[in-house]
Order: sequence, then structure tokens, then C-alpha cells
Amino acid sequence: MKEIEKQIKDFIFENFLIGQSTRDLKNDVSFLDEGIIDSTGMLELVAFIENTYGIVVEDEELIPENLDSINRIIAYLERKGCLFSKLRG
Amino acid sequence: MLLQDFLTESTERFPDKVAVILRGHRLTYGELERRANRLAWALIDLGVKRGERVAVFLDNSLESVIALFGILKAGAVFVILSAAAKAAKVEYILSHCGARVLISHCNKHEVLRNLKLPGLVKIMIGEDEAGQSPPDVSWSQVMTAGAADHCPPRRNIDLDLAALIYTSGSTADPKGVMLTHLNMVSAATSIISYLKNTPDDIIMNVLPLSFDYGLYQVLMAVKFGGTVVLEKSFVYPYAVIDKMIRERVSGFPLVPTIAAILLQLESLKNYTFSSLRYITNTGGALPESHISRLRDLFPKVAIYSMYGLTECKRVSYLPPEELDRRPNSVGRPMPNVEAFIVDEQGNEIDEPGRIGELVVRGSNVMRGYWQDPEETARVLRPGRYPGDVVLYTGDYFKMDEEGYLFFVGRKDDLIKTRGERVSPREVENVLHQIDGVLEALVIGVPDDLLGQAVKAFIMLQEGKMLSEKEIIAYCMDKLEFFMVPKFVEFLTEFPRTATGKIDRRAMAMREERLNSLFANKV
Repeated sequence: MKEIEKQIKDFIFENFLIGQSTRDLKNDVSFLDEGIIDSTGMLELVAFIENTYGIVVEDEELIPENLDSINRIIAYLERKGCLFSKLRG
Repeated sequence: MLLQDFLTESTERFPDKVAVILRGHRLTYGELERRANRLAWALIDLGVKRGERVAVFLDNSLESVIALFGILKAGAVFVILSAAAKAAKVEYILSHCGARVLISHCNKHEVLRNLKLPGLVKIMIGEDEAGQSPPDVSWSQVMTAGAADHCPPRRNIDLDLAALIYTSGSTADPKGVMLTHLNMVSAATSIISYLKNTPDDIIMNVLPLSFDYGLYQVLMAVKFGGTVVLEKSFVYPYAVIDKMIRERVSGFPLVPTIAAILLQLESLKNYTFSSLRYITNTGGALPESHISRLRDLFPKVAIYSMYGLTECKRVSYLPPEELDRRPNSVGRPMPNVEAFIVDEQGNEIDEPGRIGELVVRGSNVMRGYWQDPEETARVLRPGRYPGDVVLYTGDYFKMDEEGYLFFVGRKDDLIKTRGERVSPREVENVLHQIDGVLEALVIGVPDDLLGQAVKAFIMLQEGKMLSEKEIIAYCMDKLEFFMVPKFVEFLTEFPRTATGKIDRRAMAMREERLNSLFANKV
């Protein structure tokens, strides 16, 4: 789980918060409310998730409940049933 | 008529009808009117005088709608800052327009923390967390302090300013477009007439209110007594689509980037937008292929291609029934507006197909740029009749035999990205502040999603090393996201003009050549 958290955080810092590595990004912070990701950035984030975790994010899954914070992404990936059982075990 | 009369009149007609919907919250006309009145009295009590500026720095929210009408009811001028603006820009605009009061939210604390504007009164929304600077006045205090619910007496006439809208121009600093009540009422009235809006219309607005296209969605809906569904952004397209269906949205304003994202959603074809009546596009032309795909997706929906600029809000629209015949046209002037094309000497061109600058005449044309007589004189010039003033748009156009307008290009080098105008000089200014940058040049390059993408060319000082990431990081800190270069290229020299200046045109042409080379290979 820590590994996933770090990967997502790294991606966000490298792409949307470039140079703000000192800024603390809490796991429950809303990307939308904080203006961290814009609409084209969301497409990049989805492409990253698909490539890294080998899943397909369906169009209908592009909703804040699934993607609007680090915690929500982790929970979403879990629901998608990909690859974590080993990591957690 | 004054702009705030839109609200008063609709409140009289539909006191219990929902005017604004945001994240499940529904505000009726009656409630909007009462809250705007309370804010107006609070501003008057704070000493805000007729014509003084009150700034709003908020995400799209119920409060931002209440704020703009409250400010107008106090006889003041509203200035809506982009919610994405960074500290330096916020400070620049607040001090440039001489704002007396700022209405903002505690979530903007980081940006506002180091403001050095001693005379500025802050009205803050939201819970103040410990350690943050306390607001001068809290929003909840304004809304509940037993203030009068009735409208303050009118202080304005329609020649008074209603708003300053800051927009990028050819200079490094943003310019404040001065709009009178007459300007804005005229524009809203013309647009409503060609969109044939009725009180039954429900508008989905994902565009920021700092952008005139987003702002007018609210103003117009309030004028025709409809409902506007406000969203903070288009980051989660399906959340928006879901709401469009649930709220039975009938009008959906787009910019090209939103259209491009929509068209990438494969399952969109499984949805039925039975209540959707029209889609509008402005802020850049839609590629022909996007228009035809939009038509396939929304077969019964009227699609309006439009053209305008903040300085007069809107110039023209293409009647939807003309879209098949001339998909690349932005149509003809809207009601009560005249537009014509002139040559370099200012003579009117009536030959079809000949390119010249578009000139606009109408009561929607701005008063000028705030405290910038020079720039004002450059774009507002004498017209063909005595005493007449017309707007030179800086855009090249041509006309066909039937008078339909076709956009050709910008006279200056403003970049149009994500439906926003970006001044290359504003970005270059920031690049030049970076230690190690000797010279920088910014141009727009074609981009499928953004329309144009911002590209920076940089020449470093000898012995200095900087990476693309470091450049972008610096810009992210100083500029709104849409101005931040998407591409950075380092050069060891620039093409120069005879006078030694960087040759902007030559660089743009070099990019075009590279692009077409690349396009041929793929």
C-alpha cells in the first residue's frame, strides 16, 4: 500500500506540483478543491494509472469518488481488484 | 437598465424558482436577491462608494453569484479574479484596480497570506483555522447580522461601470476591461435573443466566472429567469454529464478543449441528452472534424459557433442551420452589433475573401482599459460617423459573398489555449526573472487538446545550467496553470531582426515547418 501511495504522490508532484516538493500533500486532500489537477491533467493521471496498474479506467469511473484524492485512488484500485492482495498479505 | 435589475425583475416573476444549483445546494431567486441585498448593505456600511471596486476571489460557488449582484446593488464595480491566480497576480490586480474590499474564502489563505495592501478590507467565507489571519469581516456575519433584506437605493445610471474584467493583452501585464451597465446589458440581451432563451432553460456552466464566457452564463440565466448549474471545472466529465441529465440541462457552453475531452469519452454515445437544446462554442475555433462528431453525438442539438473578445463580449454567431454549409465560419454580427473588415489604412473592405482587421461597433463595446489610455487609444478609434468610437479587434478576418465572417489569425501574437488568451510577454516576463535565463521567447504551437500549447524557447547565460523541469516549476509558482509552458526548448541563439531583436515570426515559422515535417512522417 505504501508503495502505491508513493507512486501516485510522485506522479502528482512530478506533473502537477513541479518544484513544490516541500509542500505536504495529505492523502485526503481533494485535487479539485485545491486546484491541483485541471481537466487535461486528469486525462494524464488516468493514463498513468492505466499504464502503471494495468487496468482500464472506464469513462463512467471518471468521477470524484474514485479519483479526487490519493486515498480515493487507492480505494478505487483496491475495488478494481488489482494486484494488492500480495502487497498487503 | 442596470445589470442588477436582471435579478430584481426575475425575483419579482419567480421568487421561489431555483436560480443557481451548486453541488446539491439550490438557491432560489428570492434567496439570492435577499442575500445580495445583505451584502450590498454591508459594503455600504464599510464605506464603499459608488464606482469603487470590490474584488471577488472565489471558486465557482453560490457566494460568487451572491457577491457579484451584491456588489452591483451597492453601486460598486465588481472585479472577479481567476480562482487559479497566484499571489503576484492577485496583488497586481487588486492594487491596479484600487480595490476597496476583497471577498474571498479561507481556502485561498495561502495565496492571500502575504498581501501587502493595508487599506484593503477582507470579507472571508468559511471557518478560520487557528493561526490564520482573521478576516476583517466574516461572510456569515454579513449574511446573518440582522441586516436589511431590501434593496439599497439605486446610486447608478447605465453609463457607470459595472465590472472590470482582467484579460491578457499584448503587453506584459493583464489589462482591466472597463464595462458599463449598458455594455453588459446590451451584450446579454443580444445573446439571449439569438439563443432564444426562455425561463425554461437550464444552463450547465463549468467555466470560471473570471472568464466573461462563464460570467455571462450566470448573468443571462438570471436575466431570462432560468436556472444555472454551476460546476467548479470539467475535471470529472462524468460527474458533469450525470448532472446534465439529472438536472435536465438545456444549454451547454463549451470551449474547444472541453469539446476535445468530451469527444474522447467513448461511452458518451450511450447517454441520451433528451433535454439538451443547444451547445455553444467560443474562445477558439472548433476543428471541422470535432464539429461533425459533436453533431453525430448530439443529433437534435443546435450547435452555435461564436466569436468574441472581452472588450465587447461577443461579436458574431453562426446560426446552427448554417453549420453544414460553412463549418469554419463564425457567422454574422449578433443583433444590435455591426462588424466590418478594414485594410491597413482603415478603409472598409467589401470584396469577399480579402483579409483585413475586424472592427466592431455597438453598445457592447467597452469604455476602455482601466488606467491605460495608451492601450485604449490603440484599440478604440474614431469610426465612420462623427463622434463614433469603434473597437479594433486585432484579429484578421475575411468575409464570404453573403457576409459570413471567417477568422484568419491574430494581428499580434496572443496565444489561445484552453479557450483563454495568453500574452507571450506575460510569460516571458516571468521567465526572465529566473536566475540563469538570458533571453526567452514564448509562442503558441498547435495542440489537439488545447488549441494552442504554450512553448518557451530559452537561451541560458554562459555557464548556467537549468532543466526544463526547473523552468516549469518556477512558472507554476508564478503563473496560472494555463499560462505555464507545456514545452521548453533550450537554444544557443535566436533568429534576429535587423535591429537585433528576437525575430518572433521567424521562430513561429520554424515551429510550423518542424510541425508539418513531423505530421508528414506519422
